Amino acid sequence: MNIVTVQQAQKTYNPDKIPVHALQGVDLTIEQGEFTALVGPSGSGKTTLLNAIGGLDLLTAGKIIINNQDIATFSDSELIEFRKQNIGFVFQAYNLIPVFTAKENVEFVMLLQGKSEQERDTRVRELLTAVGLADQIDRRPSELSGGQQQRVAVARALASKPQFILADEPTANLDSKSTADLLDIMLELNQKENITFLFSTHDQRVIDRARRVVTLEDGKIISDERVS
Amino acid sequence: MIFKIAWRNIGRNKRRTLLTAASIFFAVFFSCVMTSINRGVFDKMIDDSVTSNVGYIQIHKKGFWDDQVINNAMVYDQQWKQELAAIDKVQTVIPRLQSAAMISFGKITKNVLVTGIDPAAENKLTNISNRVVDGEYLNADDQAVLIGEGLAKKLKATIGDTLILLSQGYRGVNAAQVYPIKGIVSFGVPALSSGMVYMPLAAAQYFYGANNLTTAVVLDVAGKEDVEEVLPPLYAKLDTNNTYEVMAWQEMIPDILNLKQTKDSSNKVVTIILYFIVGFGIFGTILMMTRERQYEFGVLLSIGMKRGQLAASVWIETLLLGLLGAVVGIALAYGLAYYLMVNPIVMQGEMAEAYTKFGMDPVMPASVALDIFWEQALTVLTITTLIALYPAFVIFRLQPVTAMRS
Ligand SMILES: Nc1ncnc2c1ncn2[C@@H]1O[C@H](COP(=O)(O)OP(=O)(O)OP(=O)(O)O)[C@@H](O)[C@H]1O
Ligand SMILES: [Mg+2]
Repeated sequence: MNIVTVQQAQKTYNPDKIPVHALQGVDLTIEQGEFTALVGPSGSGKTTLLNAIGGLDLLTAGKIIINNQDIATFSDSELIEFRKQNIGFVFQAYNLIPVFTAKENVEFVMLLQGKSEQERDTRVRELLTAVGLADQIDRRPSELSGGQQQRVAVARALASKPQFILADEPTANLDSKSTADLLDIMLELNQKENITFLFSTHDQRVIDRARRVVTLEDGKIISDERVS
Repeated sequence: MIFKIAWRNIGRNKRRTLLTAASIFFAVFFSCVMTSINRGVFDKMIDDSVTSNVGYIQIHKKGFWDDQVINNAMVYDQQWKQELAAIDKVQTVIPRLQSAAMISFGKITKNVLVTGIDPAAENKLTNISNRVVDGEYLNADDQAVLIGEGLAKKLKATIGDTLILLSQGYRGVNAAQVYPIKGIVSFGVPALSSGMVYMPLAAAQYFYGANNLTTAVVLDVAGKEDVEEVLPPLYAKLDTNNTYEVMAWQEMIPDILNLKQTKDSSNKVVTIILYFIVGFGIFGTILMMTRERQYEFGVLLSIGMKRGQLAASVWIETLLLGLLGAVVGIALAYGLAYYLMVNPIVMQGEMAEAYTKFGMDPVMPASVALDIFWEQALTVLTITTLIALYPAFVIFRLQPVTAMRS
């Protein structure tokens, strides 16, 4: 089943001044259960593409279809609601609310969704256990390592039971051990719970573990390989 | 949850919180205490002059207030007295016959103001019998006078001494009589009483050849609130177009009220300047905070927080920051005001002299009227809300992608 379809995506920054053609006709489909890495040199358009899929930024031309809905038809507040229900985000760094504990950060999205306390509690525990932080539940981000913070971010991204998770260079600020741990967890969630991941990366060790690698260059897909 | 973020954020930067709260505390505390003392002083001043002098309502012959001479006297008889007393809320009807005279004792002569009073009724309003420091208070049928302490000193006269009073009576008749001193009254400040002579109304009417006449009738009521209720029936009863003038306390102490207004507005200006400074300080803090948190705002919006929720949380945070200082400021100011109400500041030196010259006790009591403190709380609420408009504005225009690019 296709959950994301990108059709002829074009994105031009600064169209009036010095235009930057960040995306120049990208076609891409993501299916349920994929574990896909988006790679390519710096400036190739990875972040731009992820932001567009996540509805954080608008395309200049082309379509993003998620669950058969063209996200360009949503209003700003509908888009926020849609993101909340369907997409989990993990960013490069400083993902977490600094004044909240790990537990509260994960719980936050569910609070926004109006989930009951019991449901929240169970799921938070489940998720933090899944990312290996069951015993760090009451720590604040400043009391966690970068790797641990990213794991909390993954747990939070999953809290709302989204269709898929978008992660823009989630390991960029992590050492190799933390990178490996985070990847382990993401893969496990992918395999056991069939959660779809789409992430960008520069890191060869991360690329090596992806099951599909999409390579961008100058805003175009130049290769799309499936690894078995 | 929104509140929780706000509350936690308060503790995020303790230095910032402390500085902001302290500056608000300072403004609130200062404004409260200043307003409280100002209010207390003027309340007392007004109260003093109303309850110990002019009363809440006065009736005169039309034109008397502007030209206070005995020829502007009006007829006052038992029937009228009863009619006035019958008006709802009127507690006491207090007639006065007041005019200037010359008094002499031995070789000394002074200008004085003679007031003929109904001793019992007058005492209900002004409690003057408590001010008798020597001799006794008057009875209605006495042929004697009560003089001010200051006057007694000037005349070098004492109880039992006989004084000569000279004046021009009603419609120009000659007035000359002798009266013994029955009592000496003190108003705290000798200067205040250096021209005061009281005698029973009947004696004064006889002296001035003004049978059945008074220059003023004071209507005493329980408090300011009752004045508005007494005025309409009074206007209905009296021909105020031609014959009488009716004055409420506000009209009889315009100087004090003007002074109060001037002082109030100058205090307002000080308060506004103070809040401006403090407000800009906080604005700067919030400005910086908003900048620092751009990325975080972007993340929160990306993961599904509504702009309204985020703005509300920042507003609550700003509000809490303000209220923290305000609550402590108000609490301490209230405490101090309460203390100063019970133990007013007693002024010394020149200030004290100036006050006594105007016939006031040289003390500065404070008022604990709740609206003083409420007003400050509301001001802080308004200022912080206005300040929180800025982050709200930023949040509503924020594009998560742009915010997170930096
Ligand atoms: N807001 C923007 N305004 C103007 N140009 C932009 C903006 N965002 C990105 N660009 C440009 O668009 C191009 C693609 O940028 P993008 O961030 O998508 O690349 P990327 O593949 O994520 O790079 P990196 O690996 O360094 O993160 C770049 O040339 C970049 O300079
Ligand atoms: Mg990027």
